[in-house]
Amino acid sequence: MHELPFVQSVLEIALRTAAEAGATRITAIDLTVGQLSSIVDDAVQFYWDILSKGTPAEGAQLRFHRLPAVFRCEACGREYTYDGEHLTCPQCGSARVRLIQGDEFRLDSLDVT
Amino acid sequence: MAKTIPVVENILSANDRLAQANRDLLDRTRTFGLNFMASPGAGKTSVLLRTVEALRSDYRLAAVEGDLASTIDADRLMQEGIPAVQINTGGTCHLDAVMLQGALPNLPLEEIDVLIVENVGNLICPANFALGTHRSVLIASVPEGDDKPYKYPVMYRGVQAVLLNKIDLLPYFEFDVDYFRKGVEALNPGLAFFPVSAKTGEGLEAFFAWLRGQIDAVLEA
Repeated sequence: MHELPFVQSVLEIALRTAAEAGATRITAIDLTVGQLSSIVDDAVQFYWDILSKGTPAEGAQLRFHRLPAVFRCEACGREYTYDGEHLTCPQCGSARVRLIQGDEFRLDSLDVT
Repeated sequence: MAKTIPVVENILSANDRLAQANRDLLDRTRTFGLNFMASPGAGKTSVLLRTVEALRSDYRLAAVEGDLASTIDADRLMQEGIPAVQINTGGTCHLDAVMLQGALPNLPLEEIDVLIVENVGNLICPANFALGTHRSVLIASVPEGDDKPYKYPVMYRGVQAVLLNKIDLLPYFEFDVDYFRKGVEALNPGLAFFPVSAKTGEGLEAFFAWLRGQIDAVLEA
């Protein structure tokens, strides 16, 4: 819901990285977004279209790589993907679980010219 | 010439950096910071008042109150002799690190052991905005229903303790405490869970004991 400050960071990281590499245009950005990161792709795209205007990143394609949320049960060792409804371990019912994937919001790489 | 540059950098907003600055300040002044979050009406202020009552003989306390409007909460605390700063956000639905940074100079932090920040009443947003406090506590209440951690998982993450308030109302609601507890524990490994009633006082001693342990661990570090 509050993606604007995050998009400002994406832009800052992208422009800084491109400048350091001596690149003049950014054509694509690879982003990893975890299912439980609370980041919504559409909102990122919305703010990106506005903020990147007039910068070397204008028109860059945002490529979202979505990671599902995965839990590991510390009681029985089972790993399971979040189904959007259940939280506890489907094998033993324990609540002693840990999210091992799904929190990410990461800029992985830039395509530049 | 086209090429791909690997970056692999976590995207933290400017808020996260500011939250770290707030935390550094609190560490320098040896002040333990606590963030209270909850839906409106869950009982943040009631629990805060009980906490102040229990801790004030051992710790010097202060509060930062977040609301869209009014000084009701800060006034209440100042009546109790607790230094309190009111932040009126106007329309913003959560406190953020910038707002807290603006409030901190108004408090005698060097002389304060424990700073309780009562966030804006809102289930959805506050969890996304780090303030720089040492711990975060979410206050849920029985009338809100036992399925909320399952419906809003992201918002119930990132807290070290959950209080289930208004347990005096359990006889009047279909609320499965075990189902609720398992939900919040699955989302927060190592979570401390406290069923309480700010009204009757039931269960609060256990929360205060946990809190004292957390405060001492930080202040004595």
